[in-house]
Amino acid sequence: MRVNFTVNGRKQTADDVWEGESLLYVLRERMGLPGSKNACEQGECGSCTVRLDGVPVCSCLVAAGQAEGREVVTVEGLADYAAHRDDAHPGGACGSGSCGTSLDAAQRWQAKGTDGQTGEGTELSPIQKAFIDAGAVQCGFCTPGLLVAADELLERNSSPSDADIREALSGNLCRCTGYEKILDAVRLAAARQEEAV
Amino acid sequence: MDFLRPASWEEALAAKAEHPTAVPIAGGTDVMVEINFDHRRPEYLLDLNRIAELSQWEVGEEKVVLGASVPYTQIIENLKTELPGLARASHTVASPQIRNRGGVGGNLGCASPAGDSHPALLASGAHVEVESQARGVRLIPIDEFYKGVKRNALEADELIKSVHIPKATGPQEFSKVGTRNAMVIAVCAFGLALHPEKRIVRTGIGSAAPTPVRAKEAEEFLNAALEEGGFWDNGKIITPSIAKQFATLASGACNPIDDVRGSANYRRHAVGVMARRTLMWTWESYRGNAEGRTLEGAA
Amino acid sequence: MAGTTTGIPRDVTQGLTQGGIGESTLRPDGTLKVTGEFAYSSDMWHDEMLWGQTLRSTVAHAEIVSIDTSEALAMSGVYAVLTADDLPAAKNYGLEFRDTPVLAYGKVRHHGEPVALVAADHPETARRAAAKIKVEYKELPLITDEASATAPDAVLVHEGRDDKHSKHVPHPNIVHRQPIVRGNADEAAKRADVIVKGEYTFGMQDQAFLGPESGLAVPAEDGGIDLYVATQWLHADREQIAPCLGLPEDKVRMTMAGVGGAFGGREDISMQILASILALRTGKPVKMVYNRYESFFGHVHRHPAKLYYEHGATKDGKITHMKCKIVLDGGAYASSTVSVVGNASSLSVGPYDINDVEIEAIGLYTNNPPCGAMRGFGAVQACFAYEAQMDKLAAALDMDPVELRQINAMEQGTLMPTGQVVDSPAPVAELLRRVKARPMPPERQWESSEGADVRALPGGLSNTTHGEGVVRGVGYAVGIKNVGFSEGFDDYSTAKIRLEVINGEAVATVHTAMAEVGQGGVTVHAQIARTELGVQQVTIHPADTQVGSAGSTSAGRQTYMTGGAIKNSCELVREKVLEIGRRKFGSYHPAWANAELLLEGGKVVTDGGEVLASLVDVLEDEAVEIEEEFRHRPTEAFDLRTGQGNGHVQYAFAAHRAVVEVDTELGLVKVVELACAQDVGKALNPLSVIGQIQGGTTQGLGVAVMEEIIVDPKTAKVRNPSFTDYLLPTILDTPTIPVEYLELADPNAPYGLRGIGEAPTLSSTPAVLAAIRNATGLELTKTPVRPEHLTGT
Repeated sequence: MRVNFTVNGRKQTADDVWEGESLLYVLRERMGLPGSKNACEQGECGSCTVRLDGVPVCSCLVAAGQAEGREVVTVEGLADYAAHRDDAHPGGACGSGSCGTSLDAAQRWQAKGTDGQTGEGTELSPIQKAFIDAGAVQCGFCTPGLLVAADELLERNSSPSDADIREALSGNLCRCTGYEKILDAVRLAAARQEEAV
Repeated sequence: MDFLRPASWEEALAAKAEHPTAVPIAGGTDVMVEINFDHRRPEYLLDLNRIAELSQWEVGEEKVVLGASVPYTQIIENLKTELPGLARASHTVASPQIRNRGGVGGNLGCASPAGDSHPALLASGAHVEVESQARGVRLIPIDEFYKGVKRNALEADELIKSVHIPKATGPQEFSKVGTRNAMVIAVCAFGLALHPEKRIVRTGIGSAAPTPVRAKEAEEFLNAALEEGGFWDNGKIITPSIAKQFATLASGACNPIDDVRGSANYRRHAVGVMARRTLMWTWESYRGNAEGRTLEGAA
Repeated sequence: MAGTTTGIPRDVTQGLTQGGIGESTLRPDGTLKVTGEFAYSSDMWHDEMLWGQTLRSTVAHAEIVSIDTSEALAMSGVYAVLTADDLPAAKNYGLEFRDTPVLAYGKVRHHGEPVALVAADHPETARRAAAKIKVEYKELPLITDEASATAPDAVLVHEGRDDKHSKHVPHPNIVHRQPIVRGNADEAAKRADVIVKGEYTFGMQDQAFLGPESGLAVPAEDGGIDLYVATQWLHADREQIAPCLGLPEDKVRMTMAGVGGAFGGREDISMQILASILALRTGKPVKMVYNRYESFFGHVHRHPAKLYYEHGATKDGKITHMKCKIVLDGGAYASSTVSVVGNASSLSVGPYDINDVEIEAIGLYTNNPPCGAMRGFGAVQACFAYEAQMDKLAAALDMDPVELRQINAMEQGTLMPTGQVVDSPAPVAELLRRVKARPMPPERQWESSEGADVRALPGGLSNTTHGEGVVRGVGYAVGIKNVGFSEGFDDYSTAKIRLEVINGEAVATVHTAMAEVGQGGVTVHAQIARTELGVQQVTIHPADTQVGSAGSTSAGRQTYMTGGAIKNSCELVREKVLEIGRRKFGSYHPAWANAELLLEGGKVVTDGGEVLASLVDVLEDEAVEIEEEFRHRPTEAFDLRTGQGNGHVQYAFAAHRAVVEVDTELGLVKVVELACAQDVGKALNPLSVIGQIQGGTTQGLGVAVMEEIIVDPKTAKVRNPSFTDYLLPTILDTPTIPVEYLELADPNAPYGLRGIGEAPTLSSTPAVLAAIRNATGLELTKTPVRPEHLTGT
């Protein structure tokens, strides 16, 4: 079947989608957006978390067909999403379409391996920056899902308590860090956000 | 596999009538796991996400009509006052991401004894509104809804539209044991609601029998004990012996199995502890809320 | 191959950060990882690629009577269906013995063993085809524990063993046995005022790395294969892969893809050979990605263990003797069981000075899931038991458990039971003192103005208690772990360092085969190169087999070994640079000949700080490149009868204090704080050091209270292969983990550093158990602790 939806502000179409495919599979294998991760595919780890019409969900548990006509934000679009948070309509990404990955670009997307140079000068959202600075990234496999979840937390609660952070991130497993640095990162992003206001 | 995408409730009923084997999918939090893990290959998936009314609720005089797909997060945020037991139960469901997608309709449709909403629905005395194209609407009392392990009272051509849940008239609690402090499937669970207007207590047990069940003997015992002691009026502290007997009878209502999540003995034991605690919490809250009345024994 | 390959790693390049060693420089791959652009092994993609799928055994021990692949082959979209009959060359692989079939032939020996393979154009097609393969099994008796394995008439899991341990083991179902005898335990026991005995059980833990086994195999025009996978040790993989493909090693070109965690679980081969065989057979690139269910069968686990201990002590708390027997279940294939046995045995005394010991450790062959490397590697199980014994002994002596440990704590100069002298700092008593001295976390933190905050209580969001039944407990533990490969293994790493001028700036390139599994090796490597070569720009070349082996990212060895190799190669590069400098500029300044010269800030300077020349001027268009191996000091095998021998390279020590709150009625546990003190020798990157300690601590917490692969003893089948039923700690289960580290240099190690990754995983588990015992008064001899154990149900 064919599925049309908006990813990171751009309309996308996927053809020949098997009806049992998840949104996660379509993002990763058909749209060249492997940032959302496939760690459990049963909603028990949060690594595939994306925003679906603004709401954080496990994309492994959204049937691809259910995404029809809806708006998806993935970790690849998180920086743009955060930058345009104020002018994006609620639940959507960039209303103007000036942000996000173009269809063309998405189809030409190539994983950049481990080439750090391409990372330089990359615009990051405050939460992405904070994860790097606080040492919240080790193997990084849980990171994309955590970032999407943490960004959404800070969007609705700019100064969360530790218990709030723990509750909001309780659907995201991390096997490397013991979570302490992840808490640090969210605190850091919240504090920087506060300073910036 | 075919993916059916009805745009309206009528279309959904028509699709279900035409394809009775179609598996409804809303939040996807059960169905997609089964598909991803290759446990299920339905002929048809019937997507209910486009039917707006399933994600809405209506607060009436006496009850809340809760659309089958209203996500748990919405219940937690918006219906805490009207449906405190269900809101509490919703808060224990899996993870924030799952609570953002899953709803009570999925729990009922799947009818797993471990579904978190069942004890709260049983305790509040809900009715499930189901509909088929051929026979129209039925309101199934929750007590008659669960028919066996993962079996419910739905006919093949029926879909769950909403749940009619009486608004709370007294304190309600829900408690669930899992071996993790978040994102965990119930080892067993217990829901309890005080219904001061009827002077009764209702309960629900999850994951400790082939279906969700009420602890009926425990309810009857407690209702009689409360009536006898004038507790509803005098607001006295529930005596330890009443609480203990209630807990014992709640344990006795279980018919659990041993599995990887817990032993049958533990489940019986834990249901008793939760029964006692939720009774104490709700009763203390009831006493605390009893305005303008002298509470005896509150020292 | 035609077509474009994407997702293939290129360089990690450190930007213009300042940091040399000792600074908390940030990860060079951080930006890629937070933007979703870092290419993990499951992200690999290739034009026209196929998807590989395994079919795995549904029974644990059976003869394979027949396999019928005809229906699967007939499906449209299916390119290949292979069984063991189709294997091109060697049929077995293995880390220590080549006992593991690529695809089962003759019989299957455990639940979930790969039996057949499919390649198809869509993963669903591949799954459907695999489901159509018909395998007929004839079930065999099961070997599931020590009694069934060593019974006189026991069925042999492996018949006709000819590995090097087959000759000395008492039974062919015992992979390896390592006794250690020192002094005379029986004699010493006579001096004891108290003797305590205990039997302990350690459950099967899974590494549960989040990135599933996955990768891409691309057939090459020369008949070889290009393999992009996530592994801990490229070269050891290649040594095992090449014979199974019937290819020379140089035709198996491996490149490290992004690794989503490892923790020992990627030390063995998983999908590497399977994808390669499908790729060679179909002539197309093949991608394989295990799902979480399959991942539980796709890698080895931590050995479950039964441990029998006896300790004696005099009234003043001095331990007289220790006897123990440790039975490790290695499952159906050997993997690294031999080394795990060696570790369990040699570290079974713990960080204590006990002269008279009698130790036996064995590893079994059974029909349970194969077990091998996991963080802590044999030392974890022993630590759980000997620390429980310490508490028991303290109770018997009516002594403070920390004081008892301190009285018996080893120090520099103490003899190990193997006779090896601990010849660098061993601050065991001090680590215990530090965790004990920490202020206690406040009581009843769940209380708030709005009632109980269940998030801070046992049961958490599930709302099981508002404080009822909750009792606090405190427990301590300390552990000892070896660092590096032991027992005479020729353990080395290789680093190729290139220094050249690019765009007017001196740039160092570090090329190793080190597996970056998340630990931050890439960060530290750049720091070392900066420190040694005085350059800002360091490029980390992708890890591949174009450079010599780095050894495994395991055993806490990688910063020691590959870090050491980089340091060593950088020093050689520096010598060459100075030679060039002397040649070019020596006549202009006497310091070139007679001063100690350093490379700093892109310049050659004297130790007095005088600048002699810039690296740019020295090098001009000349590049200096050195590839050199680095070895730690040699070790010896343990004597097979007495266990004596200088078997280990280095020891690491960590101590924990756990504070828990237990709902004693429901048997639910909330760990409130898990403080750690560890000697790290030298913190090359403090931020990474703390991250490693916190992460290791949390894995120890997991196996204390929730993590266990449950194997049905009647069928030897895994009952919980999913994240629904194999539970990992969430952020709500994980407490604050305050970390204090000491930096007591090991004079034998580069920069004095100590391997850090493993020690915290040891002591965390027994500390939590001790705290739960303290709260409940129960004996608790099994980990993980389940609510049933705490409630007597």
